[in-house]
Amino acid sequence: MSAQSDVERLAAENAALQTRIQALTKENSRLKAPQTSPPLPDPSPLTAFTQVESLNNPEIARYSRQLLLPEVGVQGQLSLRNASVLVVGAGGLGSPCILYLAAMGVGKIGVIDHDTVEISNLQRQVIHSESRAGLSKARSARLAVHELNSDCHCIAYDLVFDYTVALSVAAEYDVVVDATDNVPTRYLVNDTCVLLGKPLVSASALKLDGQLTVYNYAGGPCYRCLFPVPPPPETVTNCSDGGVLGVVPGILGTLQALEVVKILTGVKAKEAPTLLLFSAFSSPTFRSIKIRGKQAHCAVCGTQPTITELQDYVAFCGSQPTDGPVHLNLLPAGDRITCADYHTLRQTGQPHLLVDVREPVQYDICRLPGSLHVPWRDFAQRVPDILAAREAVSHQPIYIICRLGNDSQEAVLHLRERGVVDAKDIVGGLLEWHQSVDPTFPAY
Amino acid sequence: MASPAPATPAPTPLKVNLEFSGGMELLFNNTKNYTIEIPATTSEHTPTLLRHLIFWIRDNLLKEKPELFISADTVRPGILVLINDTDWELEGELEYQIQNNDTVVFISTLHGG
Repeated sequence: MSAQSDVERLAAENAALQTRIQALTKENSRLKAPQTSPPLPDPSPLTAFTQVESLNNPEIARYSRQLLLPEVGVQGQLSLRNASVLVVGAGGLGSPCILYLAAMGVGKIGVIDHDTVEISNLQRQVIHSESRAGLSKARSARLAVHELNSDCHCIAYDLVFDYTVALSVAAEYDVVVDATDNVPTRYLVNDTCVLLGKPLVSASALKLDGQLTVYNYAGGPCYRCLFPVPPPPETVTNCSDGGVLGVVPGILGTLQALEVVKILTGVKAKEAPTLLLFSAFSSPTFRSIKIRGKQAHCAVCGTQPTITELQDYVAFCGSQPTDGPVHLNLLPAGDRITCADYHTLRQTGQPHLLVDVREPVQYDICRLPGSLHVPWRDFAQRVPDILAAREAVSHQPIYIICRLGNDSQEAVLHLRERGVVDAKDIVGGLLEWHQSVDPTFPAY
Repeated sequence: MASPAPATPAPTPLKVNLEFSGGMELLFNNTKNYTIEIPATTSEHTPTLLRHLIFWIRDNLLKEKPELFISADTVRPGILVLINDTDWELEGELEYQIQNNDTVVFISTLHGG
């Protein structure tokens, strides 16, 4: 290694760091500036995205490892360079998908997400970073893309992908990637793609499992062909309740980037439609399932569609376009106790029985001292245990706690049905306990 | 007294491999794989179809909450059924005639990301 090349390397590093400082300074002043109007699509890239006839020398050097593949070659790389891809959701799936699309040389990438970066996202959402916590995910993703590949024309939309923006945003792109986390948005993304005639690369992940399909492409089905009716909301588990192993959406999001490349290079059109199933701890880990083609009777992509414009997807699915926690209200106020009141009751030493109905993995994370652990799924069988424990504290009232205050209400209702009338649930559960009583109690 | 021998012997039961995934296993004692035996014909002496298998599962394997598995005489929305690694829509759905050693997968669609 010569001194000359060291100097060059340091100079390049210095230039890159200067660019980064400028970007961060700009972002910092933007964040400090008073919020005026609601955030609109990021106006920056000053120049419009333009397509090119041929690759330039820096591009040839940069993408040489791909140019060497006969399956890609100059034509394939040029197709990526001239393509535009919209990624809906910059979360666990979107993170690696966006990064790889940018790295591989996709010319224009749109990122739409209304959420902000939280530290609990970083276990799987690897496009973001600690230093960008609190920043909009769309903008954070754009910063990461520009650090990785400043040639990529990346547009950040700090917006909810809803029916008011879906068609106008998606119309600007060749391919759409569904990297969302909830049922209504999945139907919205599907219908948008069908109405605009765009291929849709869709994936989902939860716990240790993932699923991947390309919809609305080359005679294949759309999401509604496969799932004409949305699932009952109570059967849907989200990542914030069910958990997810970080690398699982990473694998599925990376596969989405691969499917985009296959579409853009024309390889995908020759494949029969499949659903790829991934299960991290099962054998085999991957399975490819042959699926139905486009369905003639499909409500949106069939021969006589009944859906010709975007719908009210929240009403259609009976659930919100978010994967955040749901707060049920099943009990009258008199059957509930606030965390503050329950705290007072504990401090004054009033005898009672505290029942914690969370899953064992959650009970292992943290618990209030002196609680009886009866997981909600075993609750019905274990009511006698609860009643026996209550007799041991001379028939004192029962208080039920869980993580968010939903299962605890179900448990109180269940006890009512079994004739136990003096049970109450603790409103908001242990998360509320952390927020309003004891900040040192772990939140998860 | 001796009972009369049946006119025709009952056909050999069919062995079927069942698999529940994507969260479906939670309804089945958190067990993903079952190997079951099901009669090859129904009480009306017709061949056992996938619709009969679904009700057999409800009656024999499902412990609680049947509404999370069955809705209006078929599987509930959001469950995809695979017969030997193929979408059941390509195999006749409820009318598919169960064969010995079939693998039938019930997979709940995921929505997280």
